[in-house]
Amino acid sequence: METKVLFFAGLREALGTGSEAVILPAGIGTVGALRDHLAARGEPWSVLATTKNLRAAVNQQMVGLEAAIKPGDEVAFFPPVTGG
Amino acid sequence: MSVSVQEADFDAGAEIAALSAGRDDVGAVASFVGLVRADKQAEKVGVGETAAVQAMTLEHYPGMTEKALDAIVAEARGRWDFFGARVIHRVGKLLPGDRIVFVAVASAHRGDAFAACEFIMDYLKTRAPFWKKEETPDGGRWVDARESDDQAAGRWQSPQK
Repeated sequence: METKVLFFAGLREALGTGSEAVILPAGIGTVGALRDHLAARGEPWSVLATTKNLRAAVNQQMVGLEAAIKPGDEVAFFPPVTGG
Repeated sequence: MSVSVQEADFDAGAEIAALSAGRDDVGAVASFVGLVRADKQAEKVGVGETAAVQAMTLEHYPGMTEKALDAIVAEARGRWDFFGARVIHRVGKLLPGDRIVFVAVASAHRGDAFAACEFIMDYLKTRAPFWKKEETPDGGRWVDARESDDQAAGRWQSPQK
């Protein structure tokens, strides 16, 4: 089952895409591990490893990088929010 | 409906009136309106280097943004006594002077209304997934998160009541 990964704001622009369907490899069980897995693709994906204060959400709830993920989840990465 | 994310402008007066319409137990409505400021970029690059903001584009995370705003209002309800709250945040392209965000809280007494309104606004700034991109004569740039916003939200973490 695919995991939908979304990107927003400057991260979306740097990656040139707002979403990516990913088949989670064995052993990728947290948001941080998924971040590292994607960043290891090289440019432009390495921006995921270098973005300061990268934020994440799983199934539309803000979480830390240690949060667990499973196939079928909706995972999002984004910079710190600046609304209001 | 207490939370809206929309491109359209809003009528603050009508929203405030709606919070007490048809009831006689509301003693206070506190409200906040945020506007797009033209001098934001100038503030960051320093006096004399004015690169005025010509427009701003608001991006959000459809679905999560509404849930996050609902959760913030629910958290406020757990801390203060109020009858109703209204949150409107605009998205898309906005110009200096445009209204961007509205928060209002109706309660029996002003203390709850003032505090809940400020709390909702502070939490919105740090927890609701919106991102601002400014257009200036030097090009577009994503607005950086401000530490002062984290501090403003953080002060609500100590017991309030």
